[in-house]
Amino acid sequence: MTSAMLACREVTELVTDYVEGRLSRWDRLRFQLHIGMCRHCREYLRQMRATQRFLGHLPAPPPPPDVEAELVERFKNWKRA
Amino acid sequence: MGSDDDIVTRLRDGDEAAFRDLLARHHDHLLRFARTFVKSPATAEEVVQETWLAVLQGLDGFAGRSSLKSWIYAILANRARTRAVRDARTLLFSEMTAEAEDDEPAVDPSRFNAAGYWDQPPRPWDDLTPERLAASAQIRVRLAAALEELPEAQRAVVVLRDVEGCSSDEACNILGISETNQRVLLHRGRSRLRAMLEPLMETGRRER
Ligand SMILES: [Zn+2]
Repeated sequence: MTSAMLACREVTELVTDYVEGRLSRWDRLRFQLHIGMCRHCREYLRQMRATQRFLGHLPAPPPPPDVEAELVERFKNWKRA
Repeated sequence: MGSDDDIVTRLRDGDEAAFRDLLARHHDHLLRFARTFVKSPATAEEVVQETWLAVLQGLDGFAGRSSLKSWIYAILANRARTRAVRDARTLLFSEMTAEAEDDEPAVDPSRFNAAGYWDQPPRPWDDLTPERLAASAQIRVRLAAALEELPEAQRAVVVLRDVEGCSSDEACNILGISETNQRVLLHRGRSRLRAMLEPLMETGRRER
């Protein structure tokens, strides 16, 4: 039987499994228990979630104009074909 | 944005704006993904253009069994893999697995005490909204650069999951890796990126 109390270091290794809903019920409970008591790990979890969210908002510049023009041309021809 | 069905219908109807939207939404991220397989930016650009042409060729047969996005990425992954083999520069999926098996701590171990509790805890990041990201060119540039510094396998998974918002099933199918390996690579990638953002987020605090 593993100890009920997770160390902070273990929390930083389990955080993705937690966010992905992949922890066993027991580990999930231990994780939540730790997060409930440890503000540093709470902040760590917040930062991991923020990192993930930031990645979803990374700007995507459109293709360079010549590439776009070429591809749009192919699109028009595709429709005509 | 519209659902996949809407977009596919518009594309099949020859709606040029719909095609331009699709290009704008994915082209740059597709390049990022292609560069995890092929080294040269020029080759990555070629592979992505070939992918768009293959998308056009396949669109009438696209049955919507997967999302449009994951279908496009699957085409790209196949082409990039073929190309990488030809150029003798392959990210083999055995390597992806190996990368997942290496021992790599999420946080520098020296930041914990002997019992595994924080010695140097993370300093709070304020205002973690996407709006802050949008307002901060510095964070965006740093994050994009940090992403390029990730090992290939981690980068491939992070681009699919977090940049493009694919599900873990989609990412596993596109990359041909197990769910466990996918999750390990995602964990490593996100952990590294958080660590790379940390100094910047703290500097940001001091400036306020
Ligand atoms: Zn803790």
